[in-house]
Amino acid sequence: MASGVKPRVKAPKKAAAGEIVTIKTLISHKMESGQRKNKDGSPIPRSIINRFTCDFNGKNVIDIEMAPAISTNPYFQFDAMIPEAGDMVFTWHDDDGDVYSTTKSIAIG
Amino acid sequence: MEFSRRDTLVLGLGAAVATVLPFRAFAAADEAIAAFTGGAEMGAGGITLTAPEIAENGNTVPISVSAAGAASIIVLASGNPTPEVATFNFGELAGSQDAATRMRLAGTQDVIAIAKMADGSFVKASSTVKVTIGGCGG
Amino acid sequence: MKIKALTAIAAVLLSAPTFVAADENAELIVNGEIEIVTKTAAPAHLAGALDEILSGWRFRADETQSLQTDDFDNPAMIFVDQGMDDWGTVDGSEGKSCASCHGDVEESMAGVRAEYPKWNDTAGEVRTIAQMVNECRTDRMGAEAHGYTSAKMARMEALISVQSRGMPVNVAIDGPAADMWEQGKEMFYSRTGQLELSCASCHEENYGNRIRSDHLSQGQINGFPVYRLKNAKLTTPHGRFKGCVRDTRAETYSPGSDDFVALELYVASRGNGLSVEGVSVRN
Repeated sequence: MASGVKPRVKAPKKAAAGEIVTIKTLISHKMESGQRKNKDGSPIPRSIINRFTCDFNGKNVIDIEMAPAISTNPYFQFDAMIPEAGDMVFTWHDDDGDVYSTTKSIAIG
Repeated sequence: MEFSRRDTLVLGLGAAVATVLPFRAFAAADEAIAAFTGGAEMGAGGITLTAPEIAENGNTVPISVSAAGAASIIVLASGNPTPEVATFNFGELAGSQDAATRMRLAGTQDVIAIAKMADGSFVKASSTVKVTIGGCGG
Repeated sequence: MKIKALTAIAAVLLSAPTFVAADENAELIVNGEIEIVTKTAAPAHLAGALDEILSGWRFRADETQSLQTDDFDNPAMIFVDQGMDDWGTVDGSEGKSCASCHGDVEESMAGVRAEYPKWNDTAGEVRTIAQMVNECRTDRMGAEAHGYTSAKMARMEALISVQSRGMPVNVAIDGPAADMWEQGKEMFYSRTGQLELSCASCHEENYGNRIRSDHLSQGQINGFPVYRLKNAKLTTPHGRFKGCVRDTRAETYSPGSDDFVALELYVASRGNGLSVEGVSVRN
């Protein structure tokens, strides 16, 4: 993981089979839009997270294409259906090629 | 120069007008819409876009979209230098077709949300968000 | 054309407000369990000046207020997480981390933020949390001091602050801290700079009014460190003071200086009774 980029995810530790749960995700990232300029007037190049995905046991929950208009420290809230116990994998794709990832295990109960 | 009450009030009203940034709209938004819809007609209804009427700060504006039965929802900011904000593509384990995020607004403008429904049709909603200038930078 | 400063301010303040909605009766409960007092009777030392003290939270729009209700909505919490990582990370020549001496942050730092700035007998002066962190780092860890308003210091302050969340601010203004408190009080009420404004001009005499479209608060610091929407990062009290003073077109002071420590002690005491909110979200 590139330095300083830290995800923070709210996912339940367990759910009933078939339950719909709300997921909240945050990640620290500047989301440099490409619109700002240096003191000498030269543009600061764009450098953002351009895509976020959430998958559960290999099946996709949501896949978000992100543009520079997403605020610094991107936040997403969405719902997922939990059919069985498993791992929820979150990935954030950086313009520079880095992929940040975190996993939350969800049990059925 | 001493200010009469009349002068002060006139100045005050001028300042009020100046606190709301002017409305912005660019053609690039239309192109982005066409890229998403392929030029198809967009209906109204079946999609909700929730955005504040007045943004506390244009840097971080919370918004949410909801369109039951949608395959994907695109959000555009028609007055930003580049209009795209995000495209939410719902997968097979999506629990709903709702999503929330926080976005940047360069100035007062319309935020537009368009949903592509499962049957290939499109519906649209939009919301005018006022962006203001605060008094204390700090 | 010579415009009286006060009349110019009056012109701006009188502008018909572009309303950013805030629910007058909203209360703040974090994570469904931590009750935050955002409005209460003013402490005794404010008799004649203020009857009621209000957290900055009450002056923000509904959407901004709601960002603090859940620790997974609150963007400042990512920095608390980073502070937690720092807490357990060895740094400096002595091979120690904060945890080496202080153990579990939730136990060792509970209630600390609520009483700071505070007189320190060993040091013989009033200390802020940032000063204590840096003293630990340089004297006991053999590590470099953090910049006083740096991102690293802000997230350590954020981590420590969260351990007092929901507890009433309770800084001592008497005894050995009294002199510094008086100094801070004098600063708060002194008009300075081109606009001849004191802290009180806005934050005591005009809280609740608009300055352009900003909703002026009482300038309480119970919510610090604060995540400001305008730059999407944490701000510490001295960082904010410096900017505020500069915005009144006065020559500003240095973070970590005696002037700002005195001011921080005084301003903190104006919030005695409000809950520690840190980390909060503001404009």
